Amino acid sequence: MAREGKDARTKDLNVVICGEAGQGIKTVESLLASLLRASGLYVFSTKEYMSRVRGGSNSTDLRLSSGPVECPVERVDLLVALGPQALAHMAGRSGDGTAVIASPDSLEKGGEGFPGKTFPVAIGEMAEDAGRKVYSNTVAAGVVAGAFGLDLQRCLEEVGSSFEDMGEEDRKGNLTAFESGFRAGDDLDLDLSVPAPEEGSGDELLLNGAQAVGLGAIAGGMRFMCSYPMSPSTGVLAFLAGQARRFGLVVEQAEDEISAVNMGLGAWYTGARSMVTTSGGGLALMSEGISLAGMVETPLVLHVAQRPGPATGLPTRTGQEDLDLVLGAGHGEFPVAVLAPGSLEQAFSLAARAFWLAEKHQVPVFVVTDQSIMDSYYPASGLDLDGVSTQRFLVDAGEDYRRYSLGGGPPSPMAVPGSGPGLVCLDSDEHDESGHITEDLDLRVRMVDKRLGKFAGLAEDALEPELVGDGGVMVVCWGSSRNACIEAVERLEMEDVSVMHLPQLYPLHDSVAELLEEADSVITVEGNATGQMGRLLGDLAGISPDHEVLRYDGLPFRADTLAEKLRKAIEGGRG
Amino acid sequence: MSYIHEIEGLDIAWCPGCGNFAIRKALMAALEDLEVPPQKLVIASGIGQAPKMPHYLRCNCFNGLHGRALPVATAIKACNRGLTVIAEGGDGDMYGEGGNHFIHCLRRNPDVVHLVHNNMVYGLTKGQASPTSMRGFQTPVQTEGVILEPFNPIAVAVALDASFVARSFAGHGDHLKAMIMEAARHRGYALVDIFQPCVSFNRVNDYKWFEEHTYRLEEGYDPTDRQAAFAKAMETERMPLGVIYRNADRKTFEELQPAWEDDSRPLYERETDMEELGKLVESFRG
Repeated sequence: MAREGKDARTKDLNVVICGEAGQGIKTVESLLASLLRASGLYVFSTKEYMSRVRGGSNSTDLRLSSGPVECPVERVDLLVALGPQALAHMAGRSGDGTAVIASPDSLEKGGEGFPGKTFPVAIGEMAEDAGRKVYSNTVAAGVVAGAFGLDLQRCLEEVGSSFEDMGEEDRKGNLTAFESGFRAGDDLDLDLSVPAPEEGSGDELLLNGAQAVGLGAIAGGMRFMCSYPMSPSTGVLAFLAGQARRFGLVVEQAEDEISAVNMGLGAWYTGARSMVTTSGGGLALMSEGISLAGMVETPLVLHVAQRPGPATGLPTRTGQEDLDLVLGAGHGEFPVAVLAPGSLEQAFSLAARAFWLAEKHQVPVFVVTDQSIMDSYYPASGLDLDGVSTQRFLVDAGEDYRRYSLGGGPPSPMAVPGSGPGLVCLDSDEHDESGHITEDLDLRVRMVDKRLGKFAGLAEDALEPELVGDGGVMVVCWGSSRNACIEAVERLEMEDVSVMHLPQLYPLHDSVAELLEEADSVITVEGNATGQMGRLLGDLAGISPDHEVLRYDGLPFRADTLAEKLRKAIEGGRG
Repeated sequence: MSYIHEIEGLDIAWCPGCGNFAIRKALMAALEDLEVPPQKLVIASGIGQAPKMPHYLRCNCFNGLHGRALPVATAIKACNRGLTVIAEGGDGDMYGEGGNHFIHCLRRNPDVVHLVHNNMVYGLTKGQASPTSMRGFQTPVQTEGVILEPFNPIAVAVALDASFVARSFAGHGDHLKAMIMEAARHRGYALVDIFQPCVSFNRVNDYKWFEEHTYRLEEGYDPTDRQAAFAKAMETERMPLGVIYRNADRKTFEELQPAWEDDSRPLYERETDMEELGKLVESFRG
């Protein structure tokens, strides 16, 4: 039942495991991803989950392919439903081609009217036979592995090692549970083969967005990180905390976001590159601190992992709703830069670049991601460590050092306290060249001009847009929509359609306006309801999109359904 | 005489007779005796009249946002232990706007001196109640008098096992200087709550009132006795001046950071170990 993948050269299958929070879906995900990858397949995985610790319905997608896949699809080929609720939760994404594995009990309670073909497997009973009902997740993993015809012995070795830390009884129970599931899956007539790629995927890096951002921060010279936990940004905090000893980082969980941003500025004032990680609500609390960064001209990197709002919104889901917030964060006028990685490789390289950019221009730099990037795993070809600049921009505080000197620059050379005989004074009030309070209004104007003058240098360092294809119909996207847009356009097989991804939204590279002016039509794709990037293109490039494809239900763009929306937009436009 | 940290010819924004002048003098005298060079001193402050102090001294300064001096000071010390770090501000700044940071700074225990000019009123915004204003204190906003219970910083600090808690009075310059010096020599977080008469907006808690409502801790008082310190903290009719509580056993925030275990260089002088990072990246490979 292998399906045509993103193009005719590849085949792929989308396997979804759905169950309640607390049923161990994550264990199934990592176990299956690892087993299937070992068989040579490319695996993209992502999850959607509710903001609760028990109950509800959570699901994990495992997209298996004979070629690289870097985004999700809507279509479900195989569903493993751990309970009747899971069937209801997944009905909307399932169709005639969906095969469903569930216990007879679940199918009886929730299977009526469910599209697709059902394959009853007594998952719960097998788990109980193996010792405990909680092994159901391991049985389910076994069923899928068996249905795929994987090598049982190799699987059992992997299962054994992944449950190594458990007590002997649980480890044995899980092995028995897996094996029963495997045999049941093997007996099902599912024909799930995906041809293994000619060159196996085994050599890639397997990581998620949180890890990629964290690795980028270390590469960028980050030495201090302080943040308050907030989904979906916390993965970065946790990852870096885990690396603190190895890389000599100071990583602290703050009492609130206000403390976090002020600590970040205190750190970089001493020359220690620093970052905060948060989501929209936390960023709102940080906004006075961002304004302070603008005034005292202390660099700072802010990682913002977006989720749907307003207010608490959908805490565990994805969205691209905070571009306006980021661009407007902080009262008063001061320059900033906004980067938005669209892939794991970019999450690494842009996070690293943010530190260089922030220190070079003495501005706050935002790295904007979202839940779908944070929580998605796929094989990355490599991270460009050699491409990371380790250049520093600090001077020693000489005898008559003045932090805000008006001669030369902007920016004024930045020294740190203790680096020489001079003193380093910052003031959140308008200040004179030496950093002390002033109400000299002529000086005020010169200080404003100097601060805003940094914009020219930032514009010179703006990243070019990424172009895929050379068609006149331009599908413009930012951040996490990138991979889905690229695959969706490949699926369209229309020669005149290309993708433009903006890895930097502010300042915008000059060529964006030129390229869009030459386009036959412009279609924007973003994860919000009002077209925030579209408005920005209007403001900065004088372009208004001909069509907007917007998604704001808390889920990421998926290549297959996005392709259909783009087709309608393109054909409607031609009509 | 003039002090190493003194700047001549300043246009100081404090009212004539303000307690802040005496605090400035005591601070300069203490820093001089402590032999802290201006280049190695950082004063982090917020907003109000007290937080203007670093502008009136020779030092490095980070005069940031209202209420946020403690997080700034904590991070500065965590990144460069060679600096002497003071966080300075008023009662509104430190106990009101920055109250949450105060609580958590006590838990964190950075090696920072915390000087709070406590005048029981808002000066810069012209006379509203502060967290430490007494019940019944009338202001343009609390028109019928303050109805809230005053914030007791000493009790809060002792409750959270702060490593050093002292109180002094701007009217007793030598005592204040001695308290600042003890606080600076203490390894860990050190609070000095300083009674500071506001001559413009607080006509109740003036120099005379503080003289009548304070006393020096008796000889033989043991500041390491936490129960005794609690009892002292609860005295509100006549309030004790001196080192009320001390716990020298607590490790500082910096001492507990792996980054400082085997390396005494300030963080900004260190370079990322790209080879080690390469190994970490490789560990993600298939």
